[in-house]
Formats: sequence, C-alpha cells, structure tokens
Amino acid sequence: MARTVLSQADISRALTRISHEILESNRGAAGLVILGVPTRGVFLARRIAEIIQRIEPGAPASLVGALDATMYRDDLARNVTRTPQPTDIPAGGVDGKTVVLVDDVLYSGRTIRAALDALSDIGRPRVVRLAVLVDRGHRELPIRADFVGKNLPTSTDERINVRLGEVDEVEEVSIEGPRVFHDGYDEGSDEPDGGTR
Amino acid sequence: MRHLLSTKNLSRDEALQILDVAEDMAAVNEREVRKLPALRGKTIVNLFFEDSTRTRISFEAAAKRLSADVINFSAKGSSVSKGESLKDTAQTLAAMGADGVVIRHHASGAPQVLAESDWIDAPIVNAGDGTHEHPTQALLDAFTIRRRLFGSTSRGRDLAGVSVVIVGDILHSRVARSNLWLLETLGAAVTFVAPATLIPFGAEAANWPAAISYDLDGTLRETRPDVVMMLRIQSERMNAAFFPNAREYAREWGLDDARLAALGPDTMVMHPGPMNRGLEISAAAADSPRSTVLEQVANGVSVRMAVLYLLVSGQAGEGKANA
Repeated sequence: MARTVLSQADISRALTRISHEILESNRGAAGLVILGVPTRGVFLARRIAEIIQRIEPGAPASLVGALDATMYRDDLARNVTRTPQPTDIPAGGVDGKTVVLVDDVLYSGRTIRAALDALSDIGRPRVVRLAVLVDRGHRELPIRADFVGKNLPTSTDERINVRLGEVDEVEEVSIEGPRVFHDGYDEGSDEPDGGTR
Repeated sequence: MRHLLSTKNLSRDEALQILDVAEDMAAVNEREVRKLPALRGKTIVNLFFEDSTRTRISFEAAAKRLSADVINFSAKGSSVSKGESLKDTAQTLAAMGADGVVIRHHASGAPQVLAESDWIDAPIVNAGDGTHEHPTQALLDAFTIRRRLFGSTSRGRDLAGVSVVIVGDILHSRVARSNLWLLETLGAAVTFVAPATLIPFGAEAANWPAAISYDLDGTLRETRPDVVMMLRIQSERMNAAFFPNAREYAREWGLDDARLAALGPDTMVMHPGPMNRGLEISAAAADSPRSTVLEQVANGVSVRMAVLYLLVSGQAGEGKANA
C-alpha cells in the first residue's frame, strides 16, 4: 500500500536546499542554533548542521542540539505515559540566537507548539524558525514552517512514514493509503508520533 | 507500573526507565527555569504518618517542579490523631480528587494496603513504610552511583560489577532493603556489614542476595568497594541493647578518619541522611569530596520527579516502555 514520495536522494537534496535557505535568511551562520525535535528531527538537524558547516566556513562548531517537548505536550493525560527524550542545548545556549527547530513531519502543529513552550523555558532566542522535511497540512494551530522539504497534500486517513538511515533499515518518505485498523494498534511504527503520522 | 511500592518487583527495564527520565529531570533542575508543565492541574497528596522533613520536602519540590498542586497531610494534629483509620483518610483524599498519593507510614505494608484497596483510585508511591522499603531512596542512591561512575554517559547503563558495602543498622533499615533489591536487579554486588544484633534474624537463611559480614575493616580490605553506604543508627527504634554504647559502635562499625584514609581513591561515601556525625560517620568523611550526601539530596528531587511523572502524567494503564 505504501507509495514512496521521497527517495534517499530526494531527502538529501531537500536538506541541502533547506540548509542554503537557512543561511540565506540568516545571512550566514552567525548566531545560528539548529535544534531537532526527537526522534527523527534530531537526525535531520544534525544533517542540516553538517551541510551548513561544510558550505559556510565561519559556522560555529557547536551548532546543533535536541529539544524534547514531551513534557509540554497538551495530550499527556490522554495517552499512556510517554518517555521523554534527552534535550541537548549547544554550549552557547539560545539567548539572542536564531533558533531553527527541525522536525520530520508537520501535521497538527501541536508538537511544535509544545517545542516552542519548551524553548521559552530554556532561554529567549532572537527569532525562532521552523524547518520540516514534509508538510502534510491539516494544521490545528496557527503555526507554519519557514523551510519545507516537500509539501504533501494528504487526507487525514493517510499516513506519512519517514524512514531515516540512522534508525531505520531504509531511507525514504512514503505515504500509506487509508489506515487499516486491526486489534486497535497502528501498523509499522512503534512510536505514536516519531516516524509515522 | 501503576504504583511504586517496592524495588523488589521492579524490573531492570523499569528501573532504568526511571533512572533515565531522572537524567532529563536533573537537566531541568540545572537550568534557570526549573519547572515543567507536565502535571499541571493534577493534585499530589503527601500523606505522612511518620515524621520526615527531607523526604517530604523532596517530594513536595518534585511535585511543584512538575506544576502539580501539593497537599501536605501529616498525622500529627490531623484527624488521624483523633483515631481516624487509614481507610477513612484515603477515602477523604479520594473525595478531594487526589491524582497521586505519596505515603509514609510506620507500619510495613501500609502503602500496599492502600494500593490494593478500592478506597482510592490513584497511583501510590511508597515514601517509606516501617522497616520494609523506601524505594525512591534506593533509586536516588543508584542514580547517584551511576552519575559518579559514568557521568554524562549514564543513560541506559546499569551497575553491573559495581561493589557496594552497606554498613550499619540493617535490621531497622528500609533503605538497606530497597537498595538490596534494586542493586541486585541492576547487577551490583552488595555486602551488609553490621554487628550481629543489627542483622535481621534469618537473613542468611532467607537467601538475601547479599554477603553478610560482621567485620568492617576486613570487608573494606577484601572487597575494595566502589561504594560505602553508611546507614543511620536509628535510636528511635533502638528498643533493646543492640550494642554496648555509641563509642564502641563508632570504633567497630563507624566510618572514622582512619578507615576513610584507607579507602580506594575512587570509592564514594554515601549516607541517606540525617547523619549522626561522630557515630556512624566522622565529620571528615561526611564532608570529604568522596561524600555524595548533598548530591543524594539534589538527585532525590530529580528521581522523585521522574517517578511522579511516570506514574501520574499518563492515563491509567500499562505504559509502553518507549511510547
């Protein structure tokens, strides 16, 4: 049922373009902090940071980190307990910096809302931008991405699977047709909102 | 995990999950805004039937840093001193809408009674019951050991091969019991050292997974432990002549300056507090860089935040290990 919409090469090209766009809008790498939202956003953030360090000689060495938003979610009480993931802020902190949040799929916008709250408890960035690999629409909050790998119009009963070489066997973005329900469990991913949305 | 009553039935995965979440909580406790919104709108009741200052404020700080509302209930001056039963107290708390109950009780098993009853339908955390268990103390001790040994690479690791010597009043110590089960689950080797009168009757026959010794100097020399944990002499429970006098106890089983000097260079000295300086631990040992006493207090808040988060934040039901 799953149909591939981005191959490994497509993902790589999209991340390269996003990296250039980030540098363009920030006019260089000064004051830049790239924070990935666990799980897969962290790997994407690392790749973007690597590309930026390669193409921008003056880029700071500690550029990339992770920002976990689990404890700031608005649906904690509705689900079984979620285990938080590590938050890792680069040495210079976020105060006065340009923070780019990175996630794999932008859907309802609720994860990013939680991440913004988590970020404001850590410090006060100058600006916060959002980069996502896939924007699938269906926003439930007034949030939009500044840098998008691919816009994928979907229906709510389709699923987007992001698979990355760091944690998965294959690397691709695929779209799966209307959900098949059995035993009340989702197929494929063991994460309620990591790789599959 | 629905309640935290004991460390004996805690699996290795559950224990590591608590310790790993506590790492995240410790990171929060190091930043400027030491607050998380995870338990906003929830009410945690501290139900203390026995005097305790540090454990109660540690749980209170933990709950408040998770944005929960905290109600402190101590038996003194409450309706308990007027003869109210545990059942009526629990039902009163349930009617007030408690989302989690932290209980300390002088009777071993009281938290279990509360958890198994239908008086109150909230997660129960045992904060020390009689001479039975004190699971969060054992978890914070394990967390402290792990952080001292592995630093920033602690996540996901157990304590395999770590040697821990626990010295003192094993007989009355719920801390010793909780530590024994948890340390065994995490792969550490435990030795109890005490005068024979302060080792529980039948401990060897009961197959406790610990070596038992009556000779502190010999044990320290032979095991070269990574951790020496001194227990408090609980004079409030000393209702018989367990040893001739305090000076003799200090000389035979206290961590004095000479024993401190003979420890290996990386051996850490732990004490659950409050300390009797000059009795089970000398001032020099308590204040030395090997001492983890203050780290234990700080880590206690992180570990209790992890426990409260894992038990109270989600919906009732079996939590998936990584969901």
